Amino acid sequence: MLRYIIRRLLYAIPILIGVSLATFVLFNVVATPEQIAKKNLSSKNPTPEQIQEWLKDHGYDKPLPVRFKDHMTEVMLFKFGKSDATDEDIWGMIKVGVGPSVSLMVMVLIAGTFVDLTVALFVAYFRGTYIDAWGLFLCVLLMSISYVVYLITGQFMLGRILKYYPSSGFREGADVWKFLLMPAAIGVVSSLGQYTRLYRTFVLEEMNQDYVRTARAKGVSEDRVLFGHVLKNAAIPILTSVVTQIPLLLMGSLLLESFFNIPGIGGMTVDAIFSQDFAVVRAMVFLGSVLYIIGYILTDISYALVDPRVRLG
Amino acid sequence: MLTNVDWLSTLAPFVVLAAMVIMLRRAGRTPLWSEAFRRLRRNPLAMISLAVISLYAAVAVLDSISWRTSKTDDFRTLLQRIAERPKERTYSAPYATVTTGEPEPHPLNEKHLLGTDGVGNDVVYLTLRGCRTALILGGLTSLIATPLALMFGMLAGYFGKWADDAVLYINQVLSSIPSILLLVALMMVLGKGVLQLCIALGVTSWVSLCRLSRGETLKHREREYVRAARALGLSHTRILIRHILPNLLPLVIISVTLGLSGLVLAEAILSYLQLGVPPEVGSWGNMINGARVELAREPVIWWGLASASGALFVLVLAFNVFGDALRDAVDPRLRTG
Repeated sequence: MLRYIIRRLLYAIPILIGVSLATFVLFNVVATPEQIAKKNLSSKNPTPEQIQEWLKDHGYDKPLPVRFKDHMTEVMLFKFGKSDATDEDIWGMIKVGVGPSVSLMVMVLIAGTFVDLTVALFVAYFRGTYIDAWGLFLCVLLMSISYVVYLITGQFMLGRILKYYPSSGFREGADVWKFLLMPAAIGVVSSLGQYTRLYRTFVLEEMNQDYVRTARAKGVSEDRVLFGHVLKNAAIPILTSVVTQIPLLLMGSLLLESFFNIPGIGGMTVDAIFSQDFAVVRAMVFLGSVLYIIGYILTDISYALVDPRVRLG
Repeated sequence: MLTNVDWLSTLAPFVVLAAMVIMLRRAGRTPLWSEAFRRLRRNPLAMISLAVISLYAAVAVLDSISWRTSKTDDFRTLLQRIAERPKERTYSAPYATVTTGEPEPHPLNEKHLLGTDGVGNDVVYLTLRGCRTALILGGLTSLIATPLALMFGMLAGYFGKWADDAVLYINQVLSSIPSILLLVALMMVLGKGVLQLCIALGVTSWVSLCRLSRGETLKHREREYVRAARALGLSHTRILIRHILPNLLPLVIISVTLGLSGLVLAEAILSYLQLGVPPEVGSWGNMINGARVELAREPVIWWGLASASGALFVLVLAFNVFGDALRDAVDPRLRTG
């Protein structure tokens, strides 16, 4: 097991090198530092000297190969440097943002998985009936609504019409859940359709297996077949999809955090996008990829832990 | 960087339309597709969604035909000539006779079915203008990404060895960047615009298609018919194009169709991040994004949001339903449940 994990981690290194190469090409070759400088200074109507000074301050004035070397070593050592827009230390910004992001993420993940799974089992229980057909159609309806519409109308409905307070913001402390309840609820509803459909497929795939027929032939009740036998086996693909969601959520709550003014990593990234802060976005792209790769490795490991048939070689 | 592309975005809808017609006509002659079309025709939901998509496409085409009456005139599209209404002063509710949000309401020139926006434009007209952008995003992106993905995927799967390694490596690198962040980075670098958005979306959607076609090619490479073709001395190009490609197309077309809704939805998210299309291009994403402030006003301005998100919802729903129906029709084994 340990050997497998180490090997997977070693495999990740060339991929990470590739990712940092891609970010370098994007932010240094496709968009030249002069363009970045102009975008950052555009409000001040800069002179060429000011641009040169800005480039020097942010380390963009060196020749391309030197910048490439610096970029690769810095990124590989997780040294992200300073923000282009505010000159803050990027690691410091990330550390501040992790707490709120993780608390929102945990809430969305737990509540979301519970709700999605319940609905999926409910629909699968009534498979082949009108409830199933309408449930599926409802899922497609939910999937067809834009995420931004969920956010805007969700906040409007809960805040303006149901008078839920607080409708945005964040405060550490015992009543932190109050601030997270509304964004979490919207996060859950927005992904309900997609994951319910996915989990239903997983459950129904198991339904067609031989052991289900055997159980039925032995006279096991339909409830026990579904909850005792099928659910246990469907747990493997479901678990995999939940684990892959974790790194996604940390980044995927970009819009959620920024919309509800939660000072997390996602909100910070959106602010960086608004202020054309290339350094922060570059760091976030790399960090997001690291999380993603860790997520994949975790998925494989959890797969092996849950399913004894999977052999790690 | 990419500024002089007006002619391309003018041509885009026609290119997409022509590509679709050619593909449909060619596909209709093969037994697999004519059987699939027969099954599709019997599915009322699929036919309704196809009609909806065609309606949107018709509006998009109307918005792409433009001419000017005199040298000094601006180019005006057919849609502009049909649906554009004279400007009002400011917001007005659907079917109202006076403006909203002013201390003293002013009478309107005429009644507007869905009201007007902050600068007095008719919301129906603004919503109709969004059709073209949405369909160009879906169509042009697929048209750019699919051939590239097919080419790389098939080359990697067929020749294996270093070609496979190289394509797989690029693929893994791109797929390990979370797609929303990759989109954001690309759009920040390329700048706002419809074509830029198509390129960015193409880069992100290329990955999964390429992997799909690589895997399928790998499977087909060992089949008897390919070996027979090779034994008969056919060139690799011919085997790839005439023998393997037709076998990949059903899966590829299904996954492209199912991906269309995601492409259209991505525009709204990028508009929220202010990385979408420029404001002078009609887009539902920009309208929805603008509604954030409008909903906070008193009285609530809801019609802009309602019509833009309604139009987006109906199109995406039609894509979703049609994609599912197409998948079931082409390969009933892939049916969910």
